[in-house]
Parts: sequence; structure tokens; C-alpha cells
Amino acid sequence: MAKLPPPQTLIADRPSFPDQPWFDTRPSFAPGNFCYPAKKETMETLHMPNPHEWDPAADDWGLPDDWERILCDAFAERLEKHRSLKLFMDICVRCGACADKCHFFLGTNDPKNMPVLRAELLRSLYRRSHSLSGRVLGKAAGARSWDKGVVKELFYYAYQCTECRRCSLFCPYGVDTAEITMIVRELLHEVGLGTHWIMDPVKNCSFTGNHLGIQPHSFVEIVEMLADDCETVTGIRPKTPFNKKNAEILFITPSGDVFADPGIYTFMGYLLLFHELDLDYTLSTYASEGGNFGSFVSFDMAKKLNAKMYAEAKRLNVKWLLGGECGHMWRVVNQYMGTYNGPAPANTTPPISPLTGTVFKNAASTRMVHIAEFTADLIHNDKLNLDPSRNDHLISTFHDSCNPARSMGLLDEPRYVLRAVCNNFVEMPENTIRERTFCCGAGSGLNTEEIMELRMRAGMPRGNALRYVQQKFGVNHLACICALDRATLPPLADYWAPGVTVSGLHELVGNALIMKGEGRRTMDLRQEDLPGVDDAEPEEPGEDG
Amino acid sequence: MLSSLLLVLLIGAAAWAGAQAGFYLLLGAVLPYSAVLVFIAGLVRRMIYWAGSPVPFTIPVTGGQEESLGFIRQAKTDCPSGASGVWARMFFEVAFFRSLFRNTSAEIQEDCLLTKGPRSIYSSSKWLWAFALLFHYSILLVFLRHFRFFMEPTPSCIRFLESLDGIMELGSPRFFLSAGLMLAALFFLLGRRFFNERLRYISLPGDYFPLLLLIGIAGTGICLRYFDKADTTAIKVFIMSLTHFAPVSPQGLSPLFFTHLALVCALLLYFPFSKLTHMVGIFFSPTRNAPNNSRRVRRVNPWNPPDQYFTYAEYEDLYREAMAEAGLPLEKQPDGT
Amino acid sequence: MYNARPVLAGIAIVAVLFSAPFWVGRLGRDYKDAGIVPPKDEKNCIEDTELMRSRHMQLLNEWRDEALRGENRSYTAADGRIWTVSLQNTCLSCHANYREFCERCHEASSVYPYCWTCHVIPVEIKK
Repeated sequence: MAKLPPPQTLIADRPSFPDQPWFDTRPSFAPGNFCYPAKKETMETLHMPNPHEWDPAADDWGLPDDWERILCDAFAERLEKHRSLKLFMDICVRCGACADKCHFFLGTNDPKNMPVLRAELLRSLYRRSHSLSGRVLGKAAGARSWDKGVVKELFYYAYQCTECRRCSLFCPYGVDTAEITMIVRELLHEVGLGTHWIMDPVKNCSFTGNHLGIQPHSFVEIVEMLADDCETVTGIRPKTPFNKKNAEILFITPSGDVFADPGIYTFMGYLLLFHELDLDYTLSTYASEGGNFGSFVSFDMAKKLNAKMYAEAKRLNVKWLLGGECGHMWRVVNQYMGTYNGPAPANTTPPISPLTGTVFKNAASTRMVHIAEFTADLIHNDKLNLDPSRNDHLISTFHDSCNPARSMGLLDEPRYVLRAVCNNFVEMPENTIRERTFCCGAGSGLNTEEIMELRMRAGMPRGNALRYVQQKFGVNHLACICALDRATLPPLADYWAPGVTVSGLHELVGNALIMKGEGRRTMDLRQEDLPGVDDAEPEEPGEDG
Repeated sequence: MLSSLLLVLLIGAAAWAGAQAGFYLLLGAVLPYSAVLVFIAGLVRRMIYWAGSPVPFTIPVTGGQEESLGFIRQAKTDCPSGASGVWARMFFEVAFFRSLFRNTSAEIQEDCLLTKGPRSIYSSSKWLWAFALLFHYSILLVFLRHFRFFMEPTPSCIRFLESLDGIMELGSPRFFLSAGLMLAALFFLLGRRFFNERLRYISLPGDYFPLLLLIGIAGTGICLRYFDKADTTAIKVFIMSLTHFAPVSPQGLSPLFFTHLALVCALLLYFPFSKLTHMVGIFFSPTRNAPNNSRRVRRVNPWNPPDQYFTYAEYEDLYREAMAEAGLPLEKQPDGT
Repeated sequence: MYNARPVLAGIAIVAVLFSAPFWVGRLGRDYKDAGIVPPKDEKNCIEDTELMRSRHMQLLNEWRDEALRGENRSYTAADGRIWTVSLQNTCLSCHANYREFCERCHEASSVYPYCWTCHVIPVEIKK
């Protein structure tokens, strides 16, 4: 962080548009503006096509000899597979409404980060081989041919898009840059171009069940440790069921919540909540990853990693699945899982909350419920004894993660929970929340250290919105429902709005939850002293919670 | 920009000269017939081309709260979960440009007193929406008004539209607002591409050409009505003969009329091969025309790749010893225990 | 083709809608000739026929303004003849048959001038 320029400089430094038309400019790869390439052995292990060692900063990327044919064929194949791609290549009118909706464009002022131009990089290639005007008129019709510079350019900008879909919301035709970016990344993987930060977790997830490659026994150990911490704070050691057959519910959350601060506190929140409810659930060491970095690689890879969820639900003979707080995990679960790996195993049934009897009709087919839906339902039916005053030292705001917001519509459930567990809740400006939310700047596998400045640039809209409520309303806490956010927002907050802490929603739930037989709470789940508790008379907390 | 302008002028000039030289068969029959044919066939071909690829996943962009728990209010049109909601969403999208209506413009400040540092401000920006809507409704009205040349007698609904359009009762012949508004909207849309740095940077010849062509069409149309006045009766006789597939010689019609007609034909010929196909494309848009019900209703992907993943059995084989040590339940106990 | 039913419906709508100019005409009459009957006694209108055909509405507008706002009831034509500015007494003295003259073109071109909000349609005098 130390080498980053101050925020004002970062904004002032944004270059103006180049003089040459975009056809004639090419990005320059310098350390800090690209993600490290995937290792050859990783790609080999995953049976990815054309694995090779390469360096983005080098002139020669070591593309296979027939790279152009591979890319042209792969592109043609994707057009046949996705109507969206054909359509989005044809109907954009370049009205420019998407331009300043992109956090990458706002942060870098690079014209090719305008969603329209990012898509135009591919569209120009489409025109050359798939449109009459492009074939005949060439450049005059906005068409261009493949060359190695174009491949580099596609790589550069496909990894400066977090597939957040904010541009698509504002597009009069719903042109979805996420769809285009996903397909460009697929094409690049065909010639062996991938990033380390994405492919390594994919490899780990493929063979150990989670992104970090935590092996089953270590996974158990870590969770046990978190349960111990729960006991330290509450006096109650929550149960930690693993790979338990015939449980009612299989709970899957991103593995980030198991190992990374501050996600672990959210995980402790889950453990406490489930223990208090005496929920018949199980964790799985095999399906120990909710997140799906495969979805940043290709549709096939996403399917492959996602398959474990249903496979494990079948093996453990559970009734339904409960999913933790995660962004792209829910993009996959909500919009893709049923299609990829459905129908859900025969042993599962449409989800019903065992505590309230609520039938989650919206998950009738996929049989996977979001934890925010689950908890909101509990609170609505008065099943939880909560003392929100334990979170009184927080003035909290809520960051909608792109995927639950724009690919699911999960907006009010987390807010409902947040309001119940936290007395001080302030919204950020309206154009930066809910369906119009801004990305953390590092989604879709860009949450890697080597591009920190780029991440801070892309996180500028979120950072500025946070700073606004911090300065105006004294906000000191940012709640979110995404494991990537919990990894990316702390540095973002430190940079753009220092003093704001970040936590998952269920960390706050865990703090506010009054458990049967718990000891007096003097600490929160982070084992930091609760302000005012030591001075006050010992008393039973939260009669009116 | 310049090349598009020259091209439009060239088409106009060629038509003018052609009419002067008496190429009536070409300008008055061959061109209009082939233009309409290419237009309709081209659009149909484009639709078949799109429909030739499946929509493998349910990928609506949700513009509001999903349908979930009973006590949480769903955004029924921005995040529809059923057919009626999707119809409503599409209606608002097509008839009122719902998504464009959200448009904002972003301003980044380095130092703001309020935030004691940087700040981003997003203000509502409805200009594009307003002028885009104005243009589209104007051209719709203009198109419908032209049915007075296609039908005898002119139906009362067209007459009603005309009376609305001429409601200001300005001048004689009565000034049709749609003509002026369409031209104004077109100049706004062109001006954006000219004066807005971002728009100028992204604009292609394919963006200027249709705008200039439409300006040419509207301009010649206005001239025919108010300045170089055309004989509407003769035009109607000529057009009715065309639509009845028995074209008469269009002698006496001004070259400007043929310029107007040729520009319209150019638009029809260009339309199916250009971005203008958004007119039908919007109905195909998978981020708008699908309900957000993917967890309730399973979509089948015709090319769903084969199931291929690291199975639990393989996983247990790999970690059996360690799992047993950690006390995890196993399908198969390790040897020797 | 995927989603054939809605796509075919869409294709049908496009085809029907945009071919409309070619079939709506068949719902009514064909139109081969304006069929106006010019006055029998007069060979020339106040100005040249071509000019009258395309610009009579503008001339009438000028006449109205001259007569009512400028109180000038005299008009000198291009050939030097002087006419009284009056729809009723000058124009309609020759063009007495509204049905066979004015209406023929106006109806066909769907033009409904506001002459008759003040003036009486000659046809109705005859009745």
C-alpha cells in the first residue's frame, strides 16, 4: 500500500484520451497493470489447451503457431452457442450510456475501459469475419483483422472488467459486457492465456475442494479453531458437523470465510447462528468451496467446479442446500447451477425452513437458499433473540455485491437482517447502491496484489461513496455479503476512507445474537472489547432486543 | 463523419440527377421494390440468424428486488419472475426506454469540502433518453402519416394522427410538429457525437451515416411539403400504382421527390446490415426478456457439456488417511483400521 | 432454430407490419387519378396552373392576412390582372363545385384546411 500515490493524485493522474483513434492504439504492459500469468503446470494439470510459459510484459507471448485459426474457430463456436453474443455483436448503437457507468473507466479514464469500446474490441473482429459490410469495407465499417497485438489488447481489457454488469443495467438493449468479457476470457484460454490468480484457485478447487487447497484435515482443524474462538467470546462452543450423512441441510460457503480475516468472523457468525437454532446441518470438506473461480475461466470450468455441490448433496442425502454470503458464487448458483448440473438430486426437496415452516418457493428447483433469505425469514418470524445494541459502536453502511444485486435481485433481505442487528444503518448515495451498486473493483478474479493500484482506481466509485457517508454521517463500518468483498474492501477502505472496517453480515448477526446459556459478552467476535460494557453494571442484556 | 456526409450527399445528388435524366424506371420502381424486399428479407434473415443460437442460461439483469419472502416487496417490472412481469418489463423497455431512463452522469472531484477529499457525484442525465424517445416517436408518427399515400380513402385514425401532429395550426400547409421534432432530435444525437469527447472517440462511420441519412430524409421531406412543393395528388397516384404493382410513369414529379425516395430506399437497404437492427434485436435481448426465476424453473442448455469433475470417491482415495485421522466419516475405511 | 414459436411470431409481425404499404391499399379503393373537374368557362386561374396547384394554400393564407389584417382587398397577379381579394367572391365564383374540385384532392391527400371554419362550403349553398 505504501507505494500507492494519495487518492487525490490517483484521480488527478488519470490521463486524457489519446490523440490517435482507438484502432491505432495498443496498451503497454507494465508491472502493476496486469495479473501474473498462469503457470504452465497448472494449465497442464487442468488439461487446458495450449499450456505454455509466457510473460505479459514480453513482446512474444509464445502463442501456438495456428493461434489465429484457433481463435477464429473458437469465436465462431461461441457465436453458435450463445445468442447473447451474436446479438450483442450486432445491435449496439454506441450511444455511450454505458461509458461512465464502469468503475474501471471512471478510475482510469482509459477509453477502452468504456464498456462500449471494450466490447468493440471484439466487435471489430466479428465484423471482419461475420458481417458483409466488414468483409467488403473493412476499416470503414469498423472491422479489423486479428493480429498478436489485438490478442494482447483483448487480454489487457478482459482483465480490467469485473463482470459486474452495471453497464448492462443502463444499456437500452441490455448489452451485457460480463457476457462478452466471459467469452473473451474463454477465447484467450484457448490459446493458453490465463492468470495465475484465477487458475491456481481453480486447480486447488478441482482437487481439494476449495480455492486455497486446504486439505480435509486442515479444513476441520481451522473450523474447530473458529469454534474455540466462539467459545471464548460467548462461552458456548458451537457444534461443527462435517460430512454428516442424512443431515437436513448442506451448508456451503466460500472457503475465504474459513481462512481469511475478516471472513472468519462471518463464519463464526454462521456457526453460532446454526448452533443456537439447533439446525440439522452439515459442512462438507469435499464441497468446501462456495465460490467458483471457474466462472472466470469458462462455462465448462464453472460447471465442473459447481458440480461438487449437487454431488455432495446427493452423497450426504441432504434435503436442501444453504449457501453462505458470496457474490459470484450466487451468480453461478442462481443463474447457472440448475442448468449446469441440475436437476437437483432426487433426495432433495424444495427447501423449507425447519424453524419457521417457510417454503422458499423461489428456490423450488435449484433447492439452494441464500443465507440472507434464511436469516431474514427467521427474524421476521421472531425466531432469534437479538441485541442490536451490541453493535451500537458501529455506524454501518451496506455494500451490495454486484452479483447478488444485478444477477439475483437480493437487495432487501440483507438490509432487513442488518437493520435487525444494528441500530445505526446509513445508506450510501442512491446511485451507488442496490441494483446500481458499484463493484469493489477487484471481482471476477482480479483481487490480486500485483495490480493494487489498478484495483484502487477501479474501487474509486465505491471508495468515494464510502468516504461520503463516513464524512457526512460518521459511518465507521461497511457490511457486505461477499467473501471477495471481505478480502478486497478492507484495503479499499484503508485507501479511500481510512477508519472504516469491513465485515460480513453474519458477523454482526453473531455479535447481536443472544444465545441460550451464553456468558456475558464483553467482546465481539473479533475479540475486541465492546465499548461501554466494562463500565456498565452487569445486567441481562437486551430485554427488548 | 465526413465520409458519411459525402455518401449521403452522393446518394441524394445521384437521385436528383437520375430524375433529371429521366431514369424513372430505376428510381421509381426498381429501387423502391428492391429496397423493401431487401429490408424485410434482411431483417427476417437476421432474426433467423440470431435464433439459430440458443440462449443457454437464464441471465436477466435484475433491476430491483427479486421475488423472495412474503414480507419483502418485489420490483415486479424491473425484476420480473413470471411472464406477465417480463411482458411489462419489455413494454417499458421498448415503449419508454426504461433502462436509458436510469442514465446518470458521473463527476469526479479531487477535493470536496464535504468529504475532505475526493468525491464522485452522479446526477440524473435524461437528455439522451428524452431526445432518443423524441426521435423514435417522431419517426413512428411520420411513418404512419405517410399512409395517406398508401390508402384511399385515408382512414380516420391517420387523419386523427395528422390533426394531433398539426395541432398548433401553424402556417399553410399546416406544420407537422413531428417533422421538426424529428430533425431537432437527430441534430441533438449528431451533436452529441460531435461535441462529446467520449462519443466522438467511440463513433464509427456506421454511427454518423444513419443519422445523416435520416437528416437527409427528414430534410427533403420537409422541403417537399413546405418549400419545393410537391404535387401530393400526383405523388399519391404514383405511389398507389407502385403498391398495386402497376407502376405508372411518374412524369411531372419533382427531382426532389426522387431524392427523398432514394434516401428512404438507401435507409431500407442499409438497415438490416447495420446497428439499426436493434429495432428487432431488443426483443431478443436475453438480459431483458427472461424472468428472474432461474432457481425456481430449470433451464435446459442444449449444449450442456458432459459431467466431468473430481468425484468424492477420487477425493477420498486421495485423502483417506488424513481424513480418518481427523475423524471425518468415510465411505471406505483405510487399510489396516 | 431455438425458441421457434416466439421467433416465428416476431418474423410474421415484421413481415406483415413492414409490407403494410403494399397491402393496406387493397383494403380501400385504388387511386389512379385525382378526377378534379376544373371550371368550364375559365381557361386560366389568377396565376399559372402549376403555381396554383402547388401554392394555392399559401396564396389563400396571404389573401386572408391581406384582407383581414391589412384591409387590402386588391391583388395584382403576375400577368398584371387585378383581382379582388376574396375567397367567396373571386375563387368560388369559378370554383363553385366543392365536391368536384376542392374535395377531390383534399380528401385523397387527407388535407383538411380551415377555410370552412369561417366560410360556407359552396356545396351546402346549393342544397
